[in-house]
Amino acid sequence: MSIGSVPLRYLITMDIDRCMRCGRCIENCPYGVFRREGEQIRVNSRPCTACHRCISQCPRDAISLEERPVDYRSHPVWTTEVREAIYNQARSGKIILAGMGNALPYPIIFDRLVLDACQVTNPSIDPLREPMELRTYLGKKPSRLRFRETPGGDIELATEIAPNLQLETPIMIGHMSYGAISLNAQLSLARAAHETGTFMGTGEGGLHEHLYPYQDRMIVQVASGRFGVDINYLDRGAAIEIKIGQGAKPGIGGHLPGEKVCADVSCTRMIPLGSDAISPAPHHDIYSIEDLKQLVRGLKEATEWKKLVFVKIAAVHNTAAIAAGIARSSADAVVVDGFRGGTGAAPRVFRDHVGIPIEAAIASVDAKLRQQGIRNEVSVIASGGIRESADIAKVIALGADAVYIGTASLVAMGCRVCGACYRGLCPWGIATQREDLVARLDPDEASVQVANLIKAWTLELSELMGAAGINSIESLRGNRDRLRGYLLDDGILKVLDVKPVGA
Amino acid sequence: MSNRWGLEEMQRVSIDAAGIHYTDLNREIKRAFAAGAREITLTNVLGQRFIADGLRGDVSLIIRGVPGGDLGMFMSGPTCTVYGNSDHASGNTMDAGTIIIHGSSGDAVAHSMRGGSIYVRDNVGYRAGIHMKQYEEKCPVLVVGGSARAFLGEYMAGGLIILLRRGEDGPFSERGIGSGIHGGEIVVRGEISPECLGVGAKVAPASSEDIGRIRPYLERYRAVFGEDSVIQLDGPYTRVTPSSSRPFANKYVWE
Repeated sequence: MSIGSVPLRYLITMDIDRCMRCGRCIENCPYGVFRREGEQIRVNSRPCTACHRCISQCPRDAISLEERPVDYRSHPVWTTEVREAIYNQARSGKIILAGMGNALPYPIIFDRLVLDACQVTNPSIDPLREPMELRTYLGKKPSRLRFRETPGGDIELATEIAPNLQLETPIMIGHMSYGAISLNAQLSLARAAHETGTFMGTGEGGLHEHLYPYQDRMIVQVASGRFGVDINYLDRGAAIEIKIGQGAKPGIGGHLPGEKVCADVSCTRMIPLGSDAISPAPHHDIYSIEDLKQLVRGLKEATEWKKLVFVKIAAVHNTAAIAAGIARSSADAVVVDGFRGGTGAAPRVFRDHVGIPIEAAIASVDAKLRQQGIRNEVSVIASGGIRESADIAKVIALGADAVYIGTASLVAMGCRVCGACYRGLCPWGIATQREDLVARLDPDEASVQVANLIKAWTLELSELMGAAGINSIESLRGNRDRLRGYLLDDGILKVLDVKPVGA
Repeated sequence: MSNRWGLEEMQRVSIDAAGIHYTDLNREIKRAFAAGAREITLTNVLGQRFIADGLRGDVSLIIRGVPGGDLGMFMSGPTCTVYGNSDHASGNTMDAGTIIIHGSSGDAVAHSMRGGSIYVRDNVGYRAGIHMKQYEEKCPVLVVGGSARAFLGEYMAGGLIILLRRGEDGPFSERGIGSGIHGGEIVVRGEISPECLGVGAKVAPASSEDIGRIRPYLERYRAVFGEDSVIQLDGPYTRVTPSSSRPFANKYVWE
């Protein structure tokens, strides 16, 4: 091979003086970085993914990790990543698959938006003393209310109110399927959703029976592969989500490799053991917005119009127009998944280059729906790249009703964003089906951690709102006056409908 | 007098579907079923979609007219017999039960079907049997008496499609048969033009064992549609199967 070996991505070093040779690193690393030779523990850094499992389990802090210990000649165009992708493809002739979300250093709009706070003229509100309303209702809102007088002279509501989901916080947990993540991971998320009064998505992998106790907090997904979908599944969920696209890989389908289809996954997805679970790019019955409407109604009809139907699309150039179509399809919510959304595996070229940021997508969807007078017809859920409570406040101010978090909830369970989810060997027991690895994730602990994160962000949100003199999440929604753009160009400011700082 | 399930006459109900919206029609069907009806005849059906959508249980629907799209969607158990043609995606993501069409059916019939059976007396449109799948004892079957258009059994992940091509001679020459197939099988009477075979599919003459396996479905077809739906059993049959259960395994490399 004329290319030879590429430099190490990570270098693991053991401090021999500190190491007590307990061997926990050997036990914990599923990639085989550590081995015992006589009295010594030897290291082979090549298979390391920087998952930090060994470091987290070492009782003596004897392990250190260095990224890119070998320099290439630095070059602004021919970056290390670009060069190594070429070596990989020169060898293989194949499409490169990668894990987690977008890895290119695009500027993050959230970090160029600042929030407002009260000074003097309108007092801020102290959430310690004053009630802060973070309860969020998802679903259709009537454009007007009609009342009628009863024969007894009372007034009663004549307008039929569509079913809504009641969330105690605008933070939901996004769709990560059983198969992509482990059952213990799903269980932890489900318990956290239950604990915090919110909802989580099942992803396109069916609903494992161990999750039935939490089904009132689950949004069941119907994607193009229709895996695990039958009438019982639809009936169990609190709502149904049609997945059209995903921010990490807009325009293409999903593909769970046969290696991850173990007995339990096969049972939940209702496909044979070890077969590839292929979700095609389009739904076979959706080739137009009218067809989408038919699937929305097909799902509603199947569940007697009792369930909300969400439609999830990837944030792409014409997202606003598509969302307007969805709002007219009988759907109750549109989920917009930005190009920083995570994934277990996506072609690198899609992950890094296709789609648009969630900030711009939400602002344009909200604006389009308001222009057309149909904003009340659907709730808008922002997803993909929500990293902290400030992002949530900002995206709600740009027009979202609620958010889905994905990667953040995994990080709360220990995920180190190493991006090797596709290997199926997640040492944290999250993105794996290997029993001994799955057993490392204790749902009793992990669910508390995820619930803690949601509670902490909810607290921060109420503090941010209070500081801005806002006591209800509804008053923050679409409230662009509470945002200012810092070093954003005119074009983006126009799309966001936000003034620059100082204005 | 009892009907063919041995149930009393009173358990048969008729609903005039003229001018009724599908939601109201489905509500009527469920109401009748809940009240004990086990054979429900729908007359004057004209384009209503989603008939029997998500319907569970042992009930027979006799549909007179032309049902709209997604007949029997997510259905689990009932039998729908249509005296007429049906629109697209009949049996969409159907779980169990039977759909019998005394006529032709539109595009994407049996889409993502995971159990039960569909018998179409005449022809089907494009992409019939797309992404059918099977799991353990659940193996969906689509039997088509006439012909099919392009992309029959596309993305198929399991189940069985039988295409009888009554009244047709010469090789089957619709494009993309079994395109992306990674499970299940398609059995076609006659030969298949080599250029029509989809990506990822392979073709071979059906063995006598294969014919033996499909024979019960042919007999059921004949029993359902009557003796005048003569089926030529002896003609050569061709079988389309996946060339791999991992069609995309060689397309990707990890980062």
